[in-house]
Amino acid sequence: MFSLNGRSALIAAAMILVALTIVVKLFFIQILDDTYKMSADSNSRRKEVQYPSRGLIFDRNGKLLVSNQAVYDLMIVKREVHNLDSAAFCRSLGIDMPTLRRLFANLQRDIRSRRASSYKPAVFIKQLSGEQYAVFQEKLHLFSGFYAQRRTLRKYEYPAAAHVLGYVGEVNDAIIRRNPYYEMGDYIGIGGIESSYEEQLRGSKGVKYYMVDVLGRNKGSFRDGEFDTLAVSGSNLTLSVDIDLQMYGEKLMEGKTGSIVAIKPQTGEVLAMISAPGYDPSLLVGRSRSVNFPLLSGDPAKPLFNRAIQAWYPPGSTFKTINALIGLQEGVITSETRYPCSMGYTVGRFHLGCHSHASPLDLRQSIQHSCNGYYCYVLRAILDNRKYESVCQSLDAWKDYLVKFGLGYRLGVDIANENRGFVPNSDYYTKNKGPRWTSLGVISLAIGQGELLLTPIQMANVAAIIANRGTFYTPHVVHKIEDSVIDDRYRTLHHTGIDPEYFDVVKDGMEMAVWSEWGGTARVARIDSVKICGKTGTAQNPHGKDHSIFMAFAPKDDPQIAIAVYVENAGFGASWAAPIASLMVEKFIRGGISPQRSYLEKRILETKLNADADRK
Amino acid sequence: MQTESNSYGRKGVDWWLVMIYILLVTFGWMNIYAANFNPETQVFFSVDAEYFKQLIWIGITALSAGIIMLIDSKFYVNASILLYVISMALLAVVLVVGKEVNGARSWFEVGFIRFQPAEVAKMSTALMVARIMSRYGFTFSLANSCKLGLVLMLPVLFILLQNDTGSALVYFVLLIPMYREGLSPLVLVVGMVGVVAAISSFLVESVYVQGVMLLLFAVAAFVAGLRRDLWVALLLCAASVGAMVMFFYVTGHDFMRWEYSLLGGTAVMSVFLLIRSFIKRLPVVRTMLVLLWVGMVASSATDYAFDNILSPHQRTRINVLFGVEEDLLGAGYNVNQSKIAIGSGGFAGKGFLQGTQTKFDFVPEQTTDFIFCTIGEEWGFVGSICVVALFAAFVVRMIVVAERQHSVFSRVYGYCVASVFFFHFAINISMTIGLAPVIGIPLPFFSYGGSSLWGFSILLFIFIKLDTNREELIR
Repeated sequence: MFSLNGRSALIAAAMILVALTIVVKLFFIQILDDTYKMSADSNSRRKEVQYPSRGLIFDRNGKLLVSNQAVYDLMIVKREVHNLDSAAFCRSLGIDMPTLRRLFANLQRDIRSRRASSYKPAVFIKQLSGEQYAVFQEKLHLFSGFYAQRRTLRKYEYPAAAHVLGYVGEVNDAIIRRNPYYEMGDYIGIGGIESSYEEQLRGSKGVKYYMVDVLGRNKGSFRDGEFDTLAVSGSNLTLSVDIDLQMYGEKLMEGKTGSIVAIKPQTGEVLAMISAPGYDPSLLVGRSRSVNFPLLSGDPAKPLFNRAIQAWYPPGSTFKTINALIGLQEGVITSETRYPCSMGYTVGRFHLGCHSHASPLDLRQSIQHSCNGYYCYVLRAILDNRKYESVCQSLDAWKDYLVKFGLGYRLGVDIANENRGFVPNSDYYTKNKGPRWTSLGVISLAIGQGELLLTPIQMANVAAIIANRGTFYTPHVVHKIEDSVIDDRYRTLHHTGIDPEYFDVVKDGMEMAVWSEWGGTARVARIDSVKICGKTGTAQNPHGKDHSIFMAFAPKDDPQIAIAVYVENAGFGASWAAPIASLMVEKFIRGGISPQRSYLEKRILETKLNADADRK
Repeated sequence: MQTESNSYGRKGVDWWLVMIYILLVTFGWMNIYAANFNPETQVFFSVDAEYFKQLIWIGITALSAGIIMLIDSKFYVNASILLYVISMALLAVVLVVGKEVNGARSWFEVGFIRFQPAEVAKMSTALMVARIMSRYGFTFSLANSCKLGLVLMLPVLFILLQNDTGSALVYFVLLIPMYREGLSPLVLVVGMVGVVAAISSFLVESVYVQGVMLLLFAVAAFVAGLRRDLWVALLLCAASVGAMVMFFYVTGHDFMRWEYSLLGGTAVMSVFLLIRSFIKRLPVVRTMLVLLWVGMVASSATDYAFDNILSPHQRTRINVLFGVEEDLLGAGYNVNQSKIAIGSGGFAGKGFLQGTQTKFDFVPEQTTDFIFCTIGEEWGFVGSICVVALFAAFVVRMIVVAERQHSVFSRVYGYCVASVFFFHFAINISMTIGLAPVIGIPLPFFSYGGSSLWGFSILLFIFIKLDTNREELIR
């Protein structure tokens, strides 16, 4: 060696010492410790994943909605399969020879494409039912290289609320790459709360290692279970949804296209969320999903589409309530302000029509009669307010109010893929109409037409805001999570920044729309002894006949439910949406429909608007 | 095999280093091939597989090594500042535009090529350190120490911000060349005491750590010759701790009661011993007091930072890193699987391409951080110690070569290179066999990854080039 001084020798010696330590440790692991040894052809270690059972789901009254059913995946470790008696194998599984051959061919293909391996367990037959497995299990010891893996599938107790619940399916490659928790063949919630509460519902997987001999016989746990972990079951969820109300709503919407959303105003909890047409959630369980999913996704009526949070519609006349509130808050009108209207609003050559009613009207009456002319004055007063330098500024101020009402952005519902709706701002108009646009140019906003788009849940939330006199909790469908709490954002009160007393005026107007002796637009919504307040809407749209809309809450003095109903291409708000909403409210508050109103219920239930449309 | 060349001061290439390098790269490539090989597909060569890409990188690396050998040695001295500035800039830029891989935002991605600037930063920081320490009349003055500290801490800071703790730790190993050049060993000891105290405070309650440190201090002081003073000091300490605990108990002060009391007691004791050490002329006691306090403060600071500054997910990550929390899918899982794979290799291994654990089973990152599993499984104990021995020979040879340099620059740089390789090989292998926490740093020349292979190679070849001018004074 070259001459090293003290320090360099010390450094070199220290490095060699570390290397020796590593060698000693390697000696322990590789030579001394026998438990690690598994020569390729005698014993081998098998890893068995312990799948936790998924959390149960209950409705707000504690009724069980979703539970689990056990199925069994038949697993194969191909290189451990020896002398398979294929006739006996087929007999005990109840399959025929060609099927078995096809299964082996599939396995071979997967091994070639590296999706499976003959060294590792692979799924041979998915999801054998409990009965099938019981028969097979007695013979299992005859077939080396096979074993069964218990899995759980969802079981739906009611054929309802599919959009709220979502479904459970196998993970795909993209999910596996993104999240290391998941492995090939794991289940994951897709859509609805199955997806948004996946982490709470799924629990956590456990794993068990044991040794097997050449014949696949269990030789006991590996290293006394040192590496084993227990599976932890998922947490149970209690929804805020009332399953009876939900089912009733789905029944009312049968044969129609549209959505109902009902919210408990005090808490923001969703009582019912209906998207029609819907589907039976049991269609997407286990093996039947591969058959049913393409049928549903190919259906032109789009049953998989959750209209309650994903569809956007113009709000129509229901939006007049919001314009009234903004006008009051901005101080450009008072509850006593009267505007004339004779069959519409006319400025120069511009004319926006209205129906016949008394004139002039004050604010309450304008809501009662749903006067178009009145709201043209209101909107122009808001937009041409001298307080602001330009119409751009005042429009943006107007837009800011809407944002505080939860419009134009996602509300943050606990179901994924919510649509944000659309609220135009001044940039939007400057871009589309040129820089010289005026309040008259955007006058359709007065009556909830034009560029404005709302999702049904945003509309229901507006009803809840009016019921609450200006505040709301973000709507959500989960009431309680076992061993946990619901997210903070569902316990944070939002304020619209509009004084509570202004809401009383609007509430009066909505009450008069239903209860006034003369000229109320929503008289059909009356319920005996329940003071329901509502506002109709009829939205023109490019897809055909007008959408029928109704927004309501009840009872007036102590609101228990706020609701929005959209029936696509059905006509006036008063003809379909209003009766449906009032039946829902009656069902929720009174528990049933009074005999005097059964004619109405019958009419709704028996009318299939879609069949109508098909004939035309 | 060293041959005298014609020009003055030119020596041949150090073939020992080159031979070991070639052996390591070849064996490394074979293992990447083995880790990717699947006997079921019957495909022996595929152009889109990792081993093919690695082959291309080996080519690029050979080319770069050749270029390095052609450049004049003085270039590395002169360009060291510029190289350092450039690589720090790259580290800063990657924070903004970098691509995140495994939670660390430390990669540039251009087309299909991914490149980690931290790989170059090691080389340029080593050159920078060598340059500072090779100035004429260099001593570890305060100014120089600060300068060196800054040069080290800058890349560490950037890399920590990239969330790549493992790569940041590498830089601390550059204290070894400083030690060689005369840095007081006390700095190393102080650093080590601090690190050990901090890490153990993650693992157990800091009170216990501090108790153990007090005990060690007492033993050391006893050995140093303190007798009666020590007893008095310990009594004083115990009395103060008792008094303070009582006081806190009476006042109802509950938070960190024992921690504060222990610190207080230690302070009383230290003041007493400090005075006595001057009287009895025992400076070694003062050194020991410094060490004790470094440990105490590191331990308390760690505790405080852990509970009050770090966010919960950072806490979990650190807990997992040190094995306090069992993370099934993270670090703990990897180590279990990798020990099983290495252990299954036995004495002679299962043979090339015959491994089952590393191919089909569970070892994650099996071609990158955990490539040693393939070696352990397929080549057994024999292969494993060959690799360890090769690396040990590699770094020791580097130290020998560094010692024969006439210029300080080359020597310091050589020590830097040896230390970096030592750290990587020792920590990487240790983490696969459960001797060190899993901090995710590659095994040089073995782990899959072109930019890592390339980075380690230029690090080495600059040294080999400098060595050819070993009898010159390059400055």
